[in-house]
Amino acid sequence: MTTTTPPAGKTATKPPVTEPPAPLLERFRVPGAFLLGALLLLGIAPLVLSDFRLNLLAKYLCYAIVAVGVSLAWGRGGLLVLGQGVFFGLGGYAMAMHLKLADAAVTGETLPDFMRLYGTGDALPWWWKPFANPAFALAMTVLLPMAVAALLGFFVFRRRVRGAYFAILSQALAAAFAIWLVGQQATTGGTNGLTDIQGFFGYDLGDPVNQRMVYVIVAAVLLLLMAAARQLFVSRYGELLVAVRDSEERVRFLGYNPANVKLVAYVVAAGMAGLAGALFVPAVGIISPALIGIVPSIGFVIGAAVGGRASLLGAVVGAIAVAWTQSTLSDAYPAAWTYLQGLLFVVAVGFLPGGLASLVTVLRRKRHTHDPATEGAA
Amino acid sequence: MSGEGLTVRGLRVTFDGFTAVDGVDLDILPGDLRFLIGPNGAGKTTLVDAVTGLVRASGSVRFGGEELLGRPVHRVARLGIGRTFQTATVFEELTVLQNLDIAAGAGRGPLTMLRRRKGVPEEVTRALETTGLTALRDRPAGVLAHGQKQWLEIGMLLVKDVRLLLLDEPVAGMSHDEREATGRLLRRISGDRTVVVIEHDMDFMRSFARSVSVLHAGKVLSEGSVAEVQADARVQEVYLGRASEPEAQAAAVPVPEEA
Repeated sequence: MTTTTPPAGKTATKPPVTEPPAPLLERFRVPGAFLLGALLLLGIAPLVLSDFRLNLLAKYLCYAIVAVGVSLAWGRGGLLVLGQGVFFGLGGYAMAMHLKLADAAVTGETLPDFMRLYGTGDALPWWWKPFANPAFALAMTVLLPMAVAALLGFFVFRRRVRGAYFAILSQALAAAFAIWLVGQQATTGGTNGLTDIQGFFGYDLGDPVNQRMVYVIVAAVLLLLMAAARQLFVSRYGELLVAVRDSEERVRFLGYNPANVKLVAYVVAAGMAGLAGALFVPAVGIISPALIGIVPSIGFVIGAAVGGRASLLGAVVGAIAVAWTQSTLSDAYPAAWTYLQGLLFVVAVGFLPGGLASLVTVLRRKRHTHDPATEGAA
Repeated sequence: MSGEGLTVRGLRVTFDGFTAVDGVDLDILPGDLRFLIGPNGAGKTTLVDAVTGLVRASGSVRFGGEELLGRPVHRVARLGIGRTFQTATVFEELTVLQNLDIAAGAGRGPLTMLRRRKGVPEEVTRALETTGLTALRDRPAGVLAHGQKQWLEIGMLLVKDVRLLLLDEPVAGMSHDEREATGRLLRRISGDRTVVVIEHDMDFMRSFARSVSVLHAGKVLSEGSVAEVQADARVQEVYLGRASEPEAQAAAVPVPEEA
């Protein structure tokens, strides 16, 4: 915060005072960082990375999109959303259902391949039918997770379920959703999920050029959502959300209904997770229960926790870094990763609640308390 | 401007068989600065909890012609009734200005909420001046001194044009100077508004109360001006008693039954 502190005493303030303009550097810090990020993601990354690496990055950026929502709901709103897999999955399945139907239509079939293998009848289940329409499917990737979150949040927040209870409840939901999907082999592909997706709205996903296009879409959506989240953070709503996180009772006595304040953050985060899931499908070519259950759901928040949940950039960079570490390490030591993941989470939440984004501040403060000579140096 | 006072009739609050508030009647006139005193466990805070919707109660509490009982906390608050707590609860990570802006904002439309705050709303400027926090407006509330936090809390009620303020031990833990400043602040803000103060500090009560209700074991024991209440033998017995002046004990003023 840069503040030109007003001189002590009575300063004559004219009623609609506009904030004093921030110093130049401060004013261009955020747009500058945003442009730098856009340049990195949309300009440099596609130039220097191989098709394979770029495709991996697209996958990480999908996790980063989830982290944007986590940063809003958990970082600002204090809602430990341990079940984002549900919303990621709803968005992913909505997209994958459409793409599977489109793939089948190309080869002149009416049913997706797995239904022909495992299906009981010849007819498409009624709830699959509307997903043949691309506009409907696209809308559902966001609206379905938001609707589920709204319904769940309405009851949960009104009943004043919070803290660990809320976290456990959302995690149980992720588990239940994954288990339900596994049980519906004939209509959801069961454990395998929806796999082997060939096309993306008429573009062949086997073609590296189209894969690059998917990457660009993912990166652009991430940047847009970061801009939207940033607006939410600095808005009056963002201030109110922090207030609810810090003292819900107090907010209630000011005449707000904190349940609604939390509901908005929860629903927006769910919509972002849904969109991330939808983009994950063309980027990776699969959506399955293993990608949305408890472990991935915890994974969604670890990146944000490590990077700094209250800081938008921290959460996004953390999500990308953790996802990158995971795929690098889990190739070499598949078993070790799970332990490391748990350790990271505990260490970040327990010892560095602000994540890596707060490391500089924390270290500076430490040094000052230990060594008074450096006080005032920074 | 409050054109109406607070009327409490037969208020009763029971927790698992224990009656914390036992048929309280109160009439607090508009513009009054009423002190609620009484020994620990007399039901003072519970009474305020009941009025503000925090605990379930039976009976009737009317303010401005509206029945308050049965409304959820945030709806009671929207009727222009604000309270503070024994421990100052301000939003420590937000600045003084943000605290006041949030307090002023209940009822803002979604579009306003989604925009960044531009400038300082007029009511916030006024509350900053009334509470003397203007110079501290960009400080995080967490670094304020104890007294300043209490004033910020009161400011957070003023910004939303609250007509009834219920303050729970606002001067607890304050220095002498802070008490004086708080007393003057309460004087300034009552008159236009109705102020009810729960207090243990007898000196503070004597200096600033316009009227006093004494609660004991969930009931109203005595009511009136500071002098009347102090002269009440029953009050002396349960509360002021042990340290009170002997000549007052003789004047057993009949307790005015609730008007």
